Amino acid sequence: MLKSKTFVKKTRSGGVMKVVREHYLRDDIWCGSEVCTECKQESTVLQKDACMESSLCSYPHYLVPDTNVVLHQIDILEDPVICNVIILQTVLQEVRHRSAPVYKRLKDIIHEKEKRFYTFTNEHHRDTFIEREPGESANDRNDRAIRVAVKWYSQHLKTFESDTDGLKVVLLTNDQGNKQKAQDNGLLVYKCEEYVKSLIANPELVDRLALSSDDKNEITSSKVLFPEHLPLSRIQTGIKSSSFLQGTFRASRDNYLEATVFVQGEGEDSTEVLIQGLQNLNRAVHQDVVAVQLLPRSEWVAPSSVVLQDEGTAKDDEDAEEEEGKVTAVEAARKPTGKVVGIIKRNWRPFCGMLNVSQIKESTRHLFTPADRRIPRIRIETRQASTLSGQRIMVAIDGWPKDSRYPNGHFVRSLGGAGEKDTEEEVLLLEHDVPHQAFSQAVLSFLPKMPWAITPEDMMKREDLRPLTVCSVDPPGCTDIDDALHCRELENGNLEVGVHIADVSHFIRPGNALDKEAANRGTTVYLCGKRIDMVPELLSSNLCSLRSNVDRLAFSCIWEINHKAEILKTRFTKSVINSKVSALTLSSLEVRFHMDSETHDPIDLQTKELMETNSMVEEFMLLANISVAQKIYDEFSECALLRKHPAPPPSNYDILIKAAKSKVKIHTDSAKALADSLDAAKVDGFPYFNTLLRILATRCMMQAVYFCSGMDSDFHHYGLASPIYTHFTSPIRRYADIIVHRLLAVAIGADTTYPDLMDKHKQSALCNNLNYRHKMSQYAQRASVAFHTQLFFKSRGILNEEGFVLFVRKNAIIVLIPKFGLEGTVFFDSKDKVSPNIVFEEEGPTLSVEQHKFHIFDKVKVTISLDDSNIQHQKIRMALIEPVIPGVSVPAPDTERPAKKQKLDH
Amino acid sequence: MAGLELLSDQGYRLDGRKATELRKLQARMGVFTQADGSAYLEQGNTKALAVVYGPHEMRGSRSRTLHDRAVINCQYSMATFSTAERKRRPHGDRKSTEMSLHLKQTFEAAVMTQLYPRSQIDIYVKVRVGLTLHLVRGIIAEIDFFVIVHKHVSIVFQQILQSDGGNYSVCVNAATLAVIDAGIPMRDYVCACTVGFVDETPLADLCYAEENGGVSSLALALLPRGGQIALLQMDARLHQDHLETLIEAAMTACKGVSKVLDEVVRQHLQEASVLTGE
Repeated sequence: MLKSKTFVKKTRSGGVMKVVREHYLRDDIWCGSEVCTECKQESTVLQKDACMESSLCSYPHYLVPDTNVVLHQIDILEDPVICNVIILQTVLQEVRHRSAPVYKRLKDIIHEKEKRFYTFTNEHHRDTFIEREPGESANDRNDRAIRVAVKWYSQHLKTFESDTDGLKVVLLTNDQGNKQKAQDNGLLVYKCEEYVKSLIANPELVDRLALSSDDKNEITSSKVLFPEHLPLSRIQTGIKSSSFLQGTFRASRDNYLEATVFVQGEGEDSTEVLIQGLQNLNRAVHQDVVAVQLLPRSEWVAPSSVVLQDEGTAKDDEDAEEEEGKVTAVEAARKPTGKVVGIIKRNWRPFCGMLNVSQIKESTRHLFTPADRRIPRIRIETRQASTLSGQRIMVAIDGWPKDSRYPNGHFVRSLGGAGEKDTEEEVLLLEHDVPHQAFSQAVLSFLPKMPWAITPEDMMKREDLRPLTVCSVDPPGCTDIDDALHCRELENGNLEVGVHIADVSHFIRPGNALDKEAANRGTTVYLCGKRIDMVPELLSSNLCSLRSNVDRLAFSCIWEINHKAEILKTRFTKSVINSKVSALTLSSLEVRFHMDSETHDPIDLQTKELMETNSMVEEFMLLANISVAQKIYDEFSECALLRKHPAPPPSNYDILIKAAKSKVKIHTDSAKALADSLDAAKVDGFPYFNTLLRILATRCMMQAVYFCSGMDSDFHHYGLASPIYTHFTSPIRRYADIIVHRLLAVAIGADTTYPDLMDKHKQSALCNNLNYRHKMSQYAQRASVAFHTQLFFKSRGILNEEGFVLFVRKNAIIVLIPKFGLEGTVFFDSKDKVSPNIVFEEEGPTLSVEQHKFHIFDKVKVTISLDDSNIQHQKIRMALIEPVIPGVSVPAPDTERPAKKQKLDH
Repeated sequence: MAGLELLSDQGYRLDGRKATELRKLQARMGVFTQADGSAYLEQGNTKALAVVYGPHEMRGSRSRTLHDRAVINCQYSMATFSTAERKRRPHGDRKSTEMSLHLKQTFEAAVMTQLYPRSQIDIYVKVRVGLTLHLVRGIIAEIDFFVIVHKHVSIVFQQILQSDGGNYSVCVNAATLAVIDAGIPMRDYVCACTVGFVDETPLADLCYAEENGGVSSLALALLPRGGQIALLQMDARLHQDHLETLIEAAMTACKGVSKVLDEVVRQHLQEASVLTGE
């Protein structure tokens, strides 16, 4: 059946045009149910005995959620209890337009076989397609389409009533109007809450319900606390006429009544607008995109330096606190100040944190304190408060009505007991936005089928290097081996050296779910004793891992080198190798907080003891990376993915030069000069001096980043002193390497290209994601190290250790304890004591406390203990023992000195 | 805002077709009496009118005469109202000139031109939007106007009356029928179809939304019986490895078109023979 769709559309130039589209309505779209004998479907999704124990529906039934139910209650739909659900195409399309993350989650559910979610293409079905009626809004039309489809289903299934136990279709909607109309049509319809509450066997699901707008009124007072948000249309006109500014809302970590809005201006210039006070913050949450209005200049204020934690109880008693927050400011320090008038885009995600159980025992409403201090507390409703207290939980925000002091949310899930290792690991992964869920079915479906073997087609474009003796060099226990080497003498007396890298791009084809997942994860994250893989384990630890004595696909970079170590020839090829030995194992690496043996990025932890074999491997990996970078840049000057490390501005080195001035001279003209002077910097009787200098030097560096060659002109890698560089050698754990592999494969004609690979804007967007993921993974690693350090000190009690002053601040010194590689701050002013006389000198820099003057590199003695007064934010506390400053230093406590070579318990 | 989803997970396209399904194809031959051959063809919402004059003696510049075969002259034009935004010039712009040239090449490969040395065949095609068969009267008026202006050309007159994607292939299909109607011998039907490539799947017979949705499309004209390709045109970027699958899909689609065209011709003959009392 043919239908013609006609609609009028506005063109970009403002004209009106008529669009005519054909629409073919089909009669071969099947219902997907097991009971149906009429539909000629090959496989069915929906079960015959679709039983969910509900007190409302005692018969087997299929659920049909409407769009808003999917958008808001996706947490419920994800629960394994909910299955046999029909997702209509209308709903799927609407979700796709309204929320990309929910759409992705919905698709993942549909792919999961056990969940039995069936997509019914109702818009193309001749009996369920409806046309929009004159005067009907698009939303009303879609609601009607959903009702028509449900009606069709219930009539369709009625035909088979005799062989089923009264199988029915149940529509879930939260919209009162829609529900009423559905009832009038004789459909079975329930509100999502009603239905979920009726699931007697699974009462815990109720807590995961998002609060709908009707409920909000019940739990808040009628007092209006916040000004109304402006509608989007008025915000847009306001921004156009520049009476409002659009920017990202960044809450202050230290003061809950203060925030800045970062306004991106034209080109480089961007401004920050200060916002103070609850009324002005007007329900914006960290990372939201908001519209702000500047206050008149006379009302501008300076950022307050007060640390203010929201300790308020569940009552709306903010008045007293607010007075405190306003600090009269010095004229000069005043900054542009404004107020939030509307929210352009909410950026809410589920937050980790802990529950503050309400004092009233029977109360079901509790406040939740997120781990991130920038997020306000959230009011949730739960009946399991007593079980949840003391646990780390996740909560999602549902809304923030104008008469409520706190946003309303719902409980998503529990992560486990606070302070437990697994729980805390989960928390730090979530807080650093590291995707760490198990790989979805859709992703796993793209893995090669086992048993896997190399086929003749695989061999077509590959060189057979199996006869060569290839070996890998990796730390013991390493399961993702992505590089191997070989070296042999050629007949002409030269040497042939080959670097062989796992051919991950052979298994991960562009654009499929596996590829998208890997691109999103960006990198494998290594925590202490845990690894979050970028690609599923089958690839990372088996098929792509260059294990010994098995045939593996590789991407090889082979050089011909003469005995003066000059490169005569470079070539690249896809190959098959069989690693003969992985005998060279490294034993005495500092494994404790060792992160990554080949990261060439500055990391600020300990310098590692390097074995000579390891540094040899590194040299060749660097060479391979540089050779590949050159090759892909020559071939694709616009879209090569490269890595650069910008030279730091000279001022960055000031602190280093000043600090070293009294002992040695540091040259910072070039990376080479710096490296040489660091090598030469040795002070007799102070062996640790050189390491300290290096740590300081690393702090001066910039971050290395990925970029697309078509979008940038500066390619230089400062740290490696190379004019061009990229990442090629670790495709198992870095996505950038996979892209580089693909580029190189195209360059040598071994593989095909695809549009996104050649699109520099898309490449650039990908680079941004990779840089973000790398940064977050580093933060997560550090947080993991910090957590394990805390565990260590928890078991040790108070320790006395020697350390060195690494930095001098205005009111504190930062001390490095070489033995643990631990850094801590010794504060000289504290709330409960009278501050001593402190003088800070920029030149030097030095800090005088009473009579004593602290310099960088001074040796001090401190006590180290764990401060666990705040269970969500435990930290290491240090106090000074030596030099003894009366009134400041503490007496050395009596502790057993731990044995010298004690290992961490992790 | 997400872009259009050209192929859903369930395998349906924007307009409800599956990947290999063609649009509804309807045609009628002999719509004009004045012309030697004519045909009107609708493929989905793309509507084209083709008119053929000739073969006849060379007109205009005699220097173009070929001594061993006929010259084929094509003109493609779009009705000014055939697209959503009104076109300024119905023909003569670069796009139309290119399309005319493609048509010429296609029909030079298919028509047995060696049978008519020193003569000329004219093909005119016009594309138009929003009109259906019962409005053909209006179209005739426009065509007459064309004939007056272009007296020097003589055989096939093709016009696209409405455009909803696949202009080239619709023109070819319409012109084939018009040439057959004119009784000019051809090696075979020339059937054309556009195909696109989305998510590793070839889509047959693209509509306008798909053509503009970032699909790399390919137009192919086929002589279905022998499987010879008369013309293959692609402007988009596509990897070599996918070309074969795409051409295969296009050929299958063309064979589908040829079946419909064959039916139309047979039906037309039947009607004609009834009229002439045979």
